Amino acid sequence: MENKRALWRSLLPPVIMLAVIFTVWELIVRFELVYSWLIPSPLGVLKEMAIGWERLLEHWLATMQLTVLGFLGGAVCGILLGMVLHFVPLVRQAMYPVLILSQNIPVIVIAPILTMLLGFGLLPKVLLIILVCFFPICIAMLGGLAQVDQGLRNYMGMIGSSRWQQFVHLELPSSLGSLFSGLKIAASYSVLSAVVAEWLSPKVGLGGYMILSSRGYMPERVFAAVLLIVLTSLLLFWLVSLVERLLVRWRPRKEAR
Amino acid sequence: MLELKGLQKSFRSNGTVREVLRDINLNVMDGEFVSIIGPSGSGKTTLFQLIGGLQQIDAGEIWLDGVNISGQKGHIAYMPQQASLLPWYSVKQNIALALQISHVPKSTALKQAEQWLQQVGLAEYANEYPHKLSGGMSQRVSFLRALLSPQKLMLLDEPFGALDALTRLHMQRWLLSIWEQHRRSVLLVTHSIEEALLLSDRIIVFAANPATVIDEIKVPFARPREGELWSDSTFNELKQRIYEQLDA
Ligand SMILES: Nc1ncnc2c1ncn2[C@@H]1O[C@H](COP(=O)(O)OP(=O)(O)O)[C@@H](O)[C@H]1O
Ligand SMILES: [Mg+2]
Repeated sequence: MENKRALWRSLLPPVIMLAVIFTVWELIVRFELVYSWLIPSPLGVLKEMAIGWERLLEHWLATMQLTVLGFLGGAVCGILLGMVLHFVPLVRQAMYPVLILSQNIPVIVIAPILTMLLGFGLLPKVLLIILVCFFPICIAMLGGLAQVDQGLRNYMGMIGSSRWQQFVHLELPSSLGSLFSGLKIAASYSVLSAVVAEWLSPKVGLGGYMILSSRGYMPERVFAAVLLIVLTSLLLFWLVSLVERLLVRWRPRKEAR
Repeated sequence: MLELKGLQKSFRSNGTVREVLRDINLNVMDGEFVSIIGPSGSGKTTLFQLIGGLQQIDAGEIWLDGVNISGQKGHIAYMPQQASLLPWYSVKQNIALALQISHVPKSTALKQAEQWLQQVGLAEYANEYPHKLSGGMSQRVSFLRALLSPQKLMLLDEPFGALDALTRLHMQRWLLSIWEQHRRSVLLVTHSIEEALLLSDRIIVFAANPATVIDEIKVPFARPREGELWSDSTFNELKQRIYEQLDA
């Protein structure tokens, strides 16, 4: 009971704030203070979603598929590379600057190159997402594997555990907290990169739908797509948190303290 | 069974050399409980790390059961000052892991862990994660983990140093009663003179900077021992003797 009331109390202010923003926005459009072909009214967006839900669902599914493929690919690559770099310090030293450099190349530059190399299929798009989200995951994995409690490491050493046993029983479980922070960041990145990838060949997906609607001066559709993209991002973040909670059960629950 | 022959150890940092251990000779017999007592920072933990093979020996040798184990790992069971239970494993799994690393098959290890937890009245904690345990409970599990490990020698590094006085007292009695029923060779490091006198067959006194053995005391009390030792006159004489040596 107490918890529920506390939850409501913490939810109320942002809900009120959002309601105020949407009301003001609706009023601004109603009184024609801005061009309605530039910015749609919130109610207009909702109406558009209700009418065109079938088409939106189709595009959303395409984007979702792309995002999940890319995110999982990036996670696997990032985690594996993180482990390899952790085991081979020389390679880690050599690769670290390269990794950081690679992150400073804007997606907008990489995307067309990938398309030119690999065409308009699914592969270049998935590759783009992998490229974007493997980095935060790899860095988080590396950091997590390195931040082991010294007392525990000393204990494991004293009882004669092998390098591999230390990795499995000590370093890997220690890294999970950090790894999941990286995965959560990468989850939001992957949705945005999927949208950017879809701009390149706007056939299916929310990104393409957005571009085409924008060119056709249909702002309701653009905003409907944006809303779905935001919700998808939140959904993915929540899914990653859920997996974390299922996997990391040994930590004391926050509210228990 | 354990024999340290002329152990030397120095640390080098920023060009200065700090000699920590000088010519340490000591031995532990089969089933004997030996305590090392010495000032903080005198190099007791370093000595354990040499025996455990975590640090390089500068000179000297370590022999266990007639085998030179200098620089080798995995020959000892260990209980550190902080319980050092892995937070992601349950109490039972933590104990089993130590056995597994010492090459006990997993199923045997788990079964043994469960049996012993039952035997010492900790069965209800078998499946709990370590964060649920109090400091004293954690140390009990940590001791059990070392006791069950198949190695013949146990190293205990200030096992009760982080506990409050009362819990400490309980833990000493608890350890004493279990150890007297299941004798193993033990080398214990402690700050507490009373603790050393209560538990040990023999006490080795270290001087600091660098650490050397300055005294070796045979503790004459019969086993099983009781709490009444505190009022014994020999107890207080020995306590006085060690105190003066540490104070000098
Ligand atoms: N890895 C290390 N490098 C440099 N100096 C060390 C290292 N480990 C311990 N020392 C030094 O050796 C001395 C003895 O430390 P330690 O063995 O922990 O003492 P004790 O356990 O008796 O309190 C201390 O002065 C400490 O600073
Ligand atoms: Mg110490």
